[in-house]
Parts: sequence; C-alpha cells; structure tokens
Amino acid sequence: MKILLTKISGFVLIGAGVLLAGCSRSDESARSDSHSGNLSPAEQSYVAPGKMDEFYLFYSGGHSGQVFVAGIPSMRHLCTIPVFAPYSGTGYGFDEESKALLGDFTWGDVHHPALSQTDSLYDGRWLFVNDNANNRVARIDLRDFKTKQVLGPIPNSSGNHGSSFVTENTEYILVATRFSVPLPKGRYADPKDYAEEFNGMVSGIKVSPESGEMSVGWQIVTPPFNWDLGSTGKGPSSGWAFWTSYNTEMASSVMEVNASQRDRDLAAFVNWHHAEAAVRAGKVTIEDGIPMIDPAKTPGILYFVEIGKSPHGIDTDPSGRWIVASGKLQPTTTVFDFEKVLAAIDAKKFSGEFRGVPIIDYNAIVEGEVPIGLGPLHTQFDGKGSAYTSLYIESAVAKWKMPPWTDAEKADLNSVVTDKIPVHFNIGHLVIGGSDTREPYGEWLVAMNKLSKGRHLSVGPSQPESSQLIDITGKKMNMVYESFTEPEPHFAQILRANTIQPIEVYPKSENHDPNAIWSLDEGIVERNGNVVEAKIVAVRSRFGPDRIDAQVGDTLILHITNIEQTPDMIHGFGLAEHNLNVVMDPGETKTVRLKLEKSGVFPFYCTNFCSALHQEMQGYLAVRPAPEVAIVE
Amino acid sequence: MKSHLLDAEIRFMEKPLNGLSRFWLMLSVGTLIGAVIFPLWKIHLVAPQYQEGLQLTIYAWKLVGGNGGQDLVEINNLNHYIGMRAIRAVDFIEMKWIPFAFGLFGMLALRAAVHGKMSQVVDLLALFLYFGVFSFGSFFYRMYQYGHDLDPRAPVNIEPFTPTVLGSQQIANFLQTSLPMSGSFCLFAFVVFQLMAIWSSRKESL
Repeated sequence: MKILLTKISGFVLIGAGVLLAGCSRSDESARSDSHSGNLSPAEQSYVAPGKMDEFYLFYSGGHSGQVFVAGIPSMRHLCTIPVFAPYSGTGYGFDEESKALLGDFTWGDVHHPALSQTDSLYDGRWLFVNDNANNRVARIDLRDFKTKQVLGPIPNSSGNHGSSFVTENTEYILVATRFSVPLPKGRYADPKDYAEEFNGMVSGIKVSPESGEMSVGWQIVTPPFNWDLGSTGKGPSSGWAFWTSYNTEMASSVMEVNASQRDRDLAAFVNWHHAEAAVRAGKVTIEDGIPMIDPAKTPGILYFVEIGKSPHGIDTDPSGRWIVASGKLQPTTTVFDFEKVLAAIDAKKFSGEFRGVPIIDYNAIVEGEVPIGLGPLHTQFDGKGSAYTSLYIESAVAKWKMPPWTDAEKADLNSVVTDKIPVHFNIGHLVIGGSDTREPYGEWLVAMNKLSKGRHLSVGPSQPESSQLIDITGKKMNMVYESFTEPEPHFAQILRANTIQPIEVYPKSENHDPNAIWSLDEGIVERNGNVVEAKIVAVRSRFGPDRIDAQVGDTLILHITNIEQTPDMIHGFGLAEHNLNVVMDPGETKTVRLKLEKSGVFPFYCTNFCSALHQEMQGYLAVRPAPEVAIVE
Repeated sequence: MKSHLLDAEIRFMEKPLNGLSRFWLMLSVGTLIGAVIFPLWKIHLVAPQYQEGLQLTIYAWKLVGGNGGQDLVEINNLNHYIGMRAIRAVDFIEMKWIPFAFGLFGMLALRAAVHGKMSQVVDLLALFLYFGVFSFGSFFYRMYQYGHDLDPRAPVNIEPFTPTVLGSQQIANFLQTSLPMSGSFCLFAFVVFQLMAIWSSRKESL
C-alpha cells in the first residue's frame, strides 16, 4: 500500500511538473520570440488564431466618450468599454443604471486613462478615466470591464484635462482644470476680466481602498492658468504631483497667440500629503460642499516652477527622482532633479512668487534641457535608463538617456539622444507599459498619432487615428505594426494580461437585484394603477413572458434577467420604435422604464445573437389606446 | 451419477474459509465504501463552441454537473431544443436504493468473513453480479429513454438515439464520451476480491 501511494504521488508530481514545464515554456517562447532579432516585424506582432496577446492596451476614446481595449502585440481591437456616451452594442445608456451613470450628458471627452496602483505597481483593480468636457472622472472595474461610477461634474472646476493621475497606492486620483471659469460655478463674469474673475483648480479625488468609490476629497484654488497634464510622484517625490500649464499670460481670447507670449509658463508642484494635512487641520473654507485650500494662506502645498515654453507633458520617471517636462514650442525637454527641488524648498531658493505662491528658482533644480527635437509632448520610460519623448511637429519618437549624465554628456546634451524613429503622423501621446510605475515593462511602445492620412485605404474625409507599435527592446527602436482606431485615443495604459482574471459570467449568487427571477415559471406581468411592471427571463431561446399588455399612458417597467451562466451567452432586448435596446450579460438583471405614448403592437426581440433559434426569440408589447374618458357637459 | 456430481459442488460450498480469504472479504468491504465516495461514471460532451467540454459525473447517490453544477443546466438547456426531458437527479430513483444495496453487500461480506463459509461468498458473488448487470441495464435503459422519449413539438426534430454508455459517439455537433470512473473500478475490485476469497480457500478440507 505504502509503495502504491508513493508511486501515485510520484505520478502526480511528475504530472504537475509536466504542466508547469509546459506553462513556463510557452510563456518564455511568447516573450522572447516576439522580440527576437531574427524575427520579421510580421512575426513579432503575429498572434495566431486561437492564441492570445500578452498585454492589454487600454486606449482613451477621446470625444467618442469610450475606452477601447486592444491586445499587444497584435494590436487587435478586443472590445469597447462605454463610459460617457451611450453604446447600443452593449445596451449602455438605455437601462436605468447606465442612464444614471451618464447623467444629463450623452458624450464625454476621455483623455487620460490611469490604472490603479498598489505600492507604485499596477494592481489590476480599476481603470480611471477623465472627461475633459463635462469635468468628470469614471471608474471601470477590471473584474468585468464595466463602468461602475461616474463622478461629476466636479464642483468648482471646468475642463478636467489634467486628469486622471493615480497616487502610489490609489489614495487619490489627482486632477486639474484646463479651463478656468468664474467661481462659484454659475456666476457670470466678463471674460475680459479673466485674470481677476476666473480661477483654476487642483482636486484630490479620494478613492475608497475597498470599493473604489470616488469622492472629491479637497481642492486647491489656483490662478486661471490652463493646467494641462500631470503626473504623480514616488520614491523621493512621494506625496507630490506635478502639472504643466499654458497661458500663464492669463489671456482669454485669441489664445493661440496671446497664450504663447511668455518664454516660460508656470508648472504646479503640489504636495498632496500637505494638502490632506491642511484639510485635517481645518485650514480650509467649504466651497460648494468641498474643503478648499487657498495656497497663499497655507504655504507648503503649492509651488510654481518655470518651464519653457507652453509645456505639455510632465512625467515622473520610475525612480521618482527625475521630472521630465516638454516645452511643446521649444525643441527641448527639461529634466528636473526632485532631490534638488526638496533642497531648494528647504533653502527657500525662490526666484519670486505669483499671488502668494513661491516660484522655485529654476537654476537650482534643473538637471538639463535635452535638445530632442521639434514639438516634444510626452515622455515615457523603459525602466532601463532610457526615456522616449513624442515629437509632435517632427512626427517622431526620440529615445534618450536619462541622467545621471557624465560631464561630457552634460557639456553636449545632444549626445544623450540615442535614437529617433519617424511615426505617421503628428504623434500626440505615446505609452510604454508600466511607465508610471516603478517597474516599467520596457518591451513595447505604442505611438498614438493624430493624423493617419495616406496610411490606410481611403475612407473619405472622416479619417481614423493611427497607432504604431514599436519594439523598444533593442538599441534601436523598431516599428512592428500599425493599426487604426476610432476617434480618438489620447493617452493609453498597457497592462500585462496575467495581472487580471476577469469574470466571464455574473455568478447567480452575486445577483442581488430584488427583481431578478431565475426560471421561466416566475415570469410575471403585473399592473399597479397605471404602472405595468414585468419580471422577464431571457434564456435560449425565449423571453418569458413573451407578451406584455399595456395601454397608452402607462409607465412600463421591465426587469429582464439573463439566467444563463454560460460564457458569451448574451441576450439583448430591443423594442421596436421605442429607442430601447438593453443587453444582459449572463447572470445580469437590467431594468428599463418607459412611458407608453402610442398604441399598437410592438415586437421585441433578442438583439445579441444567442443561439440557433435566436431569430425566434421575440415577443410582443401590445398597447391598447387609452380608454376614452366620458366628457361630462 | 447425477447426484454424485452435485455432491462435489455441495462439498465445495461447505468448505471453511481460511484467514487469507477472510482478509480478502474484509478488503472488499472497503471497495464498497470507495464505490460510494468516488464517482461511478462520467459523461463528457465536447463541441466546437464547448472546447472546454461539458461534464456530468454520476455517483452512486448523486448527479453532479461540472463547473459547479452549471454544466448540467447547460446540457438541459441545449437538450430542450431536441425535446429531451431535463436530466434531474430526483428522477434517478436508483440513487436512493443503490447506496442501501452497497450497505447490504458490505454486511454480507462481513458475515462471510466472520462466519467463514464458502457458500456465503458464492451467494454474495452471484447476488452482486445480478445486481451489477441489473444496474448497468437500468442505466442503459435510462439513457435509451432520454434519447427516445423526445417531445414531438420540439424545435429540432432528430432521430431518436441512445447516448453511448461506454465509449464515444458523435451526436450532432457534440462528441459524447462515456467512461467508468474510480467508483466503478471499486465495484470491479469487489468482484475480484470475492473471486480471490473463493480461490484462496479452494483447497481447504472440510
């Protein structure tokens, strides 16, 4: 018996060993092969049918209001996550829950997605995105790739562009305003009195560590500069965040000229730990329900730093020591040493102040101005000592060596620019996986280009954007693939696929909707006054009940539960001529509410192809005319 | 002549069981416990859109769908298209009495081990083989029923069929495989232990 047991356990161990060996081998091959110098670009980006990508790419969808998900290295579009705009493909914006998420808006302008972090590494819990247009922030849960919360419009702010930047342990999403407005919101002031009457804002959006629920924690009122882009600190810059601005001129008309007059604009260096402490100490006023800090009255929270000229991106390197800001109208990118920033603040090395906020002496903190090319916008890091900066005007990506530099390098910073690759055309953002963490993946770079003309089959005047995949594992960058997206990715985030294990059905045990039903026998239509309420099952290949009777003037409430627990067995509910399509994933209950305003018989049917008898999955909403009311003379 | 021949058999039946035979009988009781604990049979279904497969595991006393029971829901969901009755554990009345029968066989084995008479083992083996053939036949008939008792109003009309009980067969887009599992091997071991009990004491003198 003993021998037998030993033998069996031996077999089990051998079995497990084979499995493990199998796993590691396939992982290794995928990794090393896709970057092997012996492979053609086609082989590097080829992911055979049935095989999967190694990384997720979460693109912001710009003014489409959505988030696009693609795979790397194939660059295949995998799905669209609707956030700020209705998306009938997944029924978003038609049921009561997603209508509530959209609020009063049917679009948003998604710019900068940010993955949640723990200890400055992606933890795979949430993706946060901003809405530049309507001053909102949304949270997408990466367990099911669904939008779970839309916060906003954020009080006291307008133009949520400098967003969303996640702190080291996702304590906050830090955001800043691109557009300044007279405060409190709703107040009229003449735009010609911009400098005096308008204000900008930096906000700390607090994130619940358990649920991810966001709320506005505090705000810092600022002069009406146009806060542009930012990043958060880590390591020596832990507890800090940085934003560039344009329009230090505080112009309010013909901005392209009037906001481009000064050689340097002021960046904001914000100590958010101190902001938190000021709120705790009560050094705030409450404005529109939000604790607000006046940085002139509470020193130590906000500092200004001069950066040339009309800068755009400001990025913290993986060590947290180097802050890289790009002056989009000058051919250099500026590197600051954050250790020197702390020393300068300690020694009060200020070159002046603006409205009571100290301006840190530029010369005391600058490490160098790297002449990288025309129109530098954003910088990403590979974690191996190199930085990559997008050059909008030059249509290129520059690779350059991060400090510390030798004296010879410092004497001629041209020498630290080690490679340049053309992109097509007018690159905006670029992304390297994990660049904003302390351990970048350093394998792939995606260049997101604003113009794609002449690069694809003509689709008429309305053109897609181009995204180009660049291998950065070698000394020289190597373009591998080009794909096209809907308008309009700004920034993106890359996440190693094995960081997350999304669910593929909503487990029945987790459905706590009081109106969920789980068998055809439970289907019911009830009238209560002039409200007709139905609980409906959707299952292959029928709705139960499949007939709903009502009359004109009724309010119809439908609770539809997809009782399937099988992956990809999705049912839709489209109602003819009522502008209604909801889609229920397996195990999901959705509620719709509509006022019936016309008589007739209206077919409803399953909109998401489900089964061989999908076509037959239909029913009728029979609406009688309203009963005639006797008119009493 | 005739009575002479039978005498030999009757004498054999009267033989006492030696220690080794009793040991085999005790072991055989363990296999019955195994037959209750371990699954008896599995039915596995694979189709292009179900690469991971749908599994139904049959125990002496319960029916378990794979994937936390979801596979049975899925199988029934798919079968409703061809008008097959839903497969439900409560319909398998065998599952109520089979564990009881196992207990009975266990007690008979213990009786033989203690009492130590050859005829008791032979009786037990005969009863058990009868039980085995009957149960297998009943299982087969159940499969036949499921495949033949099809609702004529079902959306998809197919030729009545019997799901395979042992081995693989293609049914529409599904490759169905039925195989015995460890519980069945326990039952087989029970038979082997009875035979060994008989064999070990075959030369015992009266």
